[in-house]
Amino acid sequence: MSSINYSEKIPNNVDLGNDRTLQRALEQWQPNFINWWGDVGPTGSTDYDVYLRTAVSVDPQGWAQFDYVKMRDYRWGIFLNPGDAERRIHFGDHLGEKAWSDVPGEHRANLRRIIVTQGDTEPASVEQQRQLGLTAPSMYDLRNLFQINVEEGRHLWAMVYLLHRHFGRDGREEAEALLERRSGDENNPRILGAFNEATPDWLSFFMFTYFTDRDGKFQLCALAESAFDPLARTTKFMLTEEAHHMFVGESGIGRVIQRTCAAMNELKTDDAATLRAAGVIDLATIQRYLNFHYSVTIDLFGADQSSNAAIFYSSGLKGRFEEGRRTDDHLLKGQTYTVLEVANGQLAEREVPMLNALNEVLRDDFIRDSVAGVGRWNKVIEKAGLAARLTVPHKAFHRNIGTLAGVKVSPDGRVVSDAEWQANVGHWLPTRDDRAFVASLMGRVVEPGRFANWIAPPVMGINRQPVDFEYVRFG
Amino acid sequence: MDMAGTTIFKQHLIDPEICIRCNTCEATCPVGAITHDTRNYVVDADKCEFCMACVPPCPTGSIDNWRTMLRVKAYAVDDQLTWDELPAELTPEQLAADGAAVETGGAVQTMDGALAATAQGETTFITASWGATLPPWSAAHAYTNLYGPKANDKCIHATVAGNVRVTELGRDYDTHHLVLDFGAMPFPVLEGQSIGIIPPGSDALGRAHFARQYSIASPRNGERPGYNNVSLTIKRVLEDHQGQPVRGVASNYLCDLQVGDTVQVIGPFGASFLMPNHPRSNIVMICTGTGSAPMRAMTEWRRRLRASGKFEGGKLMLFFGARTKEELPYFGPLQSLPKDFIDINLAFSRTAGQPKRYVQDLMRERAADLAPLLADGQTCFYVCGLKAMEEGVLLALCDVALQAGLAWEAVAGALKTQGRLHLETY
Repeated sequence: MSSINYSEKIPNNVDLGNDRTLQRALEQWQPNFINWWGDVGPTGSTDYDVYLRTAVSVDPQGWAQFDYVKMRDYRWGIFLNPGDAERRIHFGDHLGEKAWSDVPGEHRANLRRIIVTQGDTEPASVEQQRQLGLTAPSMYDLRNLFQINVEEGRHLWAMVYLLHRHFGRDGREEAEALLERRSGDENNPRILGAFNEATPDWLSFFMFTYFTDRDGKFQLCALAESAFDPLARTTKFMLTEEAHHMFVGESGIGRVIQRTCAAMNELKTDDAATLRAAGVIDLATIQRYLNFHYSVTIDLFGADQSSNAAIFYSSGLKGRFEEGRRTDDHLLKGQTYTVLEVANGQLAEREVPMLNALNEVLRDDFIRDSVAGVGRWNKVIEKAGLAARLTVPHKAFHRNIGTLAGVKVSPDGRVVSDAEWQANVGHWLPTRDDRAFVASLMGRVVEPGRFANWIAPPVMGINRQPVDFEYVRFG
Repeated sequence: MDMAGTTIFKQHLIDPEICIRCNTCEATCPVGAITHDTRNYVVDADKCEFCMACVPPCPTGSIDNWRTMLRVKAYAVDDQLTWDELPAELTPEQLAADGAAVETGGAVQTMDGALAATAQGETTFITASWGATLPPWSAAHAYTNLYGPKANDKCIHATVAGNVRVTELGRDYDTHHLVLDFGAMPFPVLEGQSIGIIPPGSDALGRAHFARQYSIASPRNGERPGYNNVSLTIKRVLEDHQGQPVRGVASNYLCDLQVGDTVQVIGPFGASFLMPNHPRSNIVMICTGTGSAPMRAMTEWRRRLRASGKFEGGKLMLFFGARTKEELPYFGPLQSLPKDFIDINLAFSRTAGQPKRYVQDLMRERAADLAPLLADGQTCFYVCGLKAMEEGVLLALCDVALQAGLAWEAVAGALKTQGRLHLETY
């Protein structure tokens, strides 16, 4: 193993070639990662040559090198955004002090927990999506799926690097455990609930990449503010890649809507059954999928009041979204924030200490960002000359974490009785029929330039290649 | 850089219908030209320098949109923020009606032109496809365009701290070593970067002189270590490329400066012709005349590192051509560098009684030592000087590779993609 050329095989900017400790740790871990990829990575993809983007450095030219790659030979690299030796902590109790290049002993356990929780989502999503390649609606979409998969793999590497480099033996054990947990496994599940749900079809996949990867974006943005400089720099670089994942989601749903609208205009109907018979997904079903993924995702931000969130912030481990751009005192002591609760059978607002409500702050930032994209989907409908519109449901709808867990709230924000919930849940969340119908559309279309009937082609290809480019060569 | 109202240019725009507002472009832009509100991400035409850093990271391709516009009528940021879709391309008639000069041939500043200028460190010659457009992996981060027409400060004033002749006296073609001090003002540079000098006064048509570009001859920590100064190597231009007598406006201005004079400077420029900084990296330098400036800078930086005892440098090899020994800048100081530090090869093309020798001749003679360096991924090559030398140097490298049994295409491909062959000729 000593003859590995680290900079070639594992592109990195962390001086891996001269770090014997890190090399040893990775030499142990890397074969297990490859085995994990072989076991639960994309099904049946071993011999494919996929037109993938590989990061070989962090500058604008280096991080987006496109070429055909077999996925198991993908060069999972380790990258930190360029550092600033003078960087200061810009929030919390350590405000103004020098950022940490190593883990302070008193924050070791919390930082490890944050990194492990983030790291656990990366392989989990690969596991969740492993069957999707069998039902890709086009070669273009298949390539995008694989791109996301390998980059989630790289994000796992990024977190494992931090564990190996900064957390000693504990870190190495946590890194191994990241490869041992399995999405949906009863005995050894992934840490967060949403990452144990299967991603059964491409509509779910697009919704997942739009909403759930956006949760990833906000978590990464908050960690990119961290006083622990290696974590901040690692997550900053991950964000560049995360953008592609959200693009796949936003443009994917946009294309589904576009196809549906075209069929609605051709057939001059908005009748769900007629549209389904024509092989497209009616807008009401899309709305129900949206409701589901949105509500499950906003649960990921955690309880609306959390002392952990306050500790993470005050100790400088995790900032707010765009902390550096905010103009308040970056301490937040004595400030308040509005959260929702149920009082007298109705939703009511309550002011709570802002430090304890930072999960809610991040959730609300996420909501603003999500709503903007839904607005762009509506533009597609508007352009087709149709009156229907999609909306995000109320923040209290279908929640399972925090004060609102289990409260029955309609998408428009009314607390409803169990009876009303039962009577309407089929209009609000995807039913078994909806899922069966969407599943029935999932056939494999992989000739270059051809697209499944239920989705429109994209406006342009990847890396300025044509839409009918051979994005995947089947071995 | 044209300030006249009739200039047309390609305005960089983002397609709001395709953009997903991921913020990658804004995070990537080195000059802060991209901004956003809750609705759109937009490019400020006054700030964008066409460096294209934002284009590859964009996940959607929405970043890659261009509209031919009259510069004075460029779409403002506030307008772009209200867009739901991109405006249509203006027709030639619309452009003409807006007042675009009919004869645009000479005045059009196209994106392609700007691109070529940026990629080539703003020299005018677009080099053969062999040269790299990326710096080597261990290059330090280069600050560019801190001062200039599109920066907040249009120029910076430097004080002349020294001006000495570095070629022997008694010749028309004197070359000067000029030291410029920036006092307390920021002007961080790296070896291989260049700066622009704006000569005072105006040309025969009454227009202000445009900036002339010169490579920095001093290392990153100053001509004098720890001081905020840079040095330049200036050759007094007395005839043009065709041999017609012409007094170079900027070079004569610079060569005649006195200590204490102030000079208008823009820059720094260049983000690829940069030296490797990792231990045991080798540097092969091939230059003629004032093309020696960046080589002096890199050599001096390596010399200072070596003197510190904390850096294990690789091999340095220099091929340096001039017409005669007397015209070779820095001839004296070069002779005093230790042989085990740098391998110096001088070629003189006009020494009386001697056959003409060019740098490529020396390179072929030293093939046995060049070949292992060519085969070593730790080696970077830098070529700087007159355009005419470029082809000869590349052919010599090709011959050296072939003689050593190396596949030139593979070697050259690696040199280019790994940012290890840099050409700067004029």
